[in-house]
Amino acid sequence: MESTSFWTTPVGWTLATTGAVLLVTVGVLIAVAFLLLADRKIWAAVMMRKGPNVVGPFGLLQSFADMIKFVLKEIVVPAGADKVVFLMAPVITVIMAFTVWAVIPFAPGWVISDLNVGILYVFAISSMGVYGIIMGGWASNSKYPFLGSLRSAAQMVSYEVSIGLIIINVILLAGTMNLSSIVTSQEGWIWNWYAFGGGADTWPLVVVLFPMMIMFFISALAETNRPPFDLPEAESELVAGYQVEYSSTPYLLFMMGEYVNIIFMCAMISILFFGGWNPGFPIDFTADWNPFLVNLLLFGVLFIKILFWFFMFAMVKTFVPRYRYDQLMRLGWKIFLPTSLVAVVVVSAWRVFAVGA
Amino acid sequence: MLQGIAFYLLAATAVLSGLLVVTARNPVHSVLWLILAFFSSAGLFVLLGAEFLAMLLVVVYVGAVAVLFLFVVMMLDVDFVRLREGYATYLPLAAIVAGILLAEMIMISIVVVQGGAAADAVGPAVATADASNVEVIGRVLYTDYIYFFQAAGIVLLIAMIGAIVLTLRKRTSVRRQDPGAQTNRDRKTSVEIKGVVTGVGVTGEELR
Repeated sequence: MESTSFWTTPVGWTLATTGAVLLVTVGVLIAVAFLLLADRKIWAAVMMRKGPNVVGPFGLLQSFADMIKFVLKEIVVPAGADKVVFLMAPVITVIMAFTVWAVIPFAPGWVISDLNVGILYVFAISSMGVYGIIMGGWASNSKYPFLGSLRSAAQMVSYEVSIGLIIINVILLAGTMNLSSIVTSQEGWIWNWYAFGGGADTWPLVVVLFPMMIMFFISALAETNRPPFDLPEAESELVAGYQVEYSSTPYLLFMMGEYVNIIFMCAMISILFFGGWNPGFPIDFTADWNPFLVNLLLFGVLFIKILFWFFMFAMVKTFVPRYRYDQLMRLGWKIFLPTSLVAVVVVSAWRVFAVGA
Repeated sequence: MLQGIAFYLLAATAVLSGLLVVTARNPVHSVLWLILAFFSSAGLFVLLGAEFLAMLLVVVYVGAVAVLFLFVVMMLDVDFVRLREGYATYLPLAAIVAGILLAEMIMISIVVVQGGAAADAVGPAVATADASNVEVIGRVLYTDYIYFFQAAGIVLLIAMIGAIVLTLRKRTSVRRQDPGAQTNRDRKTSVEIKGVVTGVGVTGEELR
């Protein structure tokens, strides 16, 4: 922000923040449109199909065509549904999905709200996301959505626990809950990234942290209801779970919220374990470059990391068979929870006895 | 100015949703209003500069406790007419409890405003430039009050064990899944090829 007096007045601050929020929201929305297409294209390529290729060059405009189609259709509300809650549910999902982006640092200083408790904020808001699903399932006043929403809510609550414990490892090493500081603490060479041990003092912890990164990725898959953990939406048994009664725009909102969450999880894994905007080598030579240009380049680095993780999400969707529900719960509670607890003990012990407070 | 607007917005929402928790006809709606009340109170905490408490309030109460509330309330077979039956009989008792609570709160606020006992006590440690909110709370919690903290942990552990003991039951009539055996199954142990002679069938062997 410019430090002129206008931008520090309440009106100026409101305008500037609104502008930043709009920029991020629109950016994420456009990213969702193209990543949705990328998802379908990757899926199709693995199956040796062509995927959407009719609307626009290479099917690039497919997502926009889909959006127009969804918006123009009629919103069907079931007669026995609780109308207000039924329509509120997708709105809550999409609002919560966008709200977490407030604390994501895109480049040095490029963050809407640089909260001290950034990770807790992320955790708090993403735990709110489950309400969209529960409310949607209950308000539909139908059995399949209700069952689907219960399963989905139980799944999300379970995997939030392991995600939280895995994040604690990173917090212990970084010594801060501010996301920008977590990224700056991984500056320099690639071995400073937390996935590879996090620097000279803690490099033996790579034995713990690399598996933690993989567990975070798997938990993120479960948290966002992606295959192989897409039980709530299992088309075969639950006919799309909590979304059964949804049509047109409300359905579009649910799907958009889901994809925004997926991209958010990709951003989180890049920031927590893969250095965020850090390219993996010291960037001292950019000291006398235009700061805006440097920021843009660093944002590009983060963007590439997000794209890579999104590609991994899409690949997992293509070739991993769906889990059974009891296997899912067993994995979450009996494997991930004890393992991440042990990891927290190991990392904090190393932090206290080997590094010093 | 912005803080004032935010305060009155959040406070009004908290009070209004608190009222609606009690008056909503549908218990599920009550829980949803309760969640809104929690959320606005978290916003008030943020305005007080206690962002750590605010986030904990949302994570613990909104993210976990209220979800369980919703689960229970949604799955109960609630009869709305019977739910309203005892309203008139319990009203006087509820009014007395509410009145006592209100009087207590007013008295506490008067004492605080006049700079009495509560105001004299060691004020809450305020976050400074070099120590964030989280660090200040952690320092107090893990040094001055470490024994209370540990005791609270033990109480929670006992409660958890108690809940598990009360609900755990081994049923012998049910077939349980054994994921290890299921995933370790391979072709050798699960498929057997037999040369079947036409018209004779598999003889001498029990069918699996």
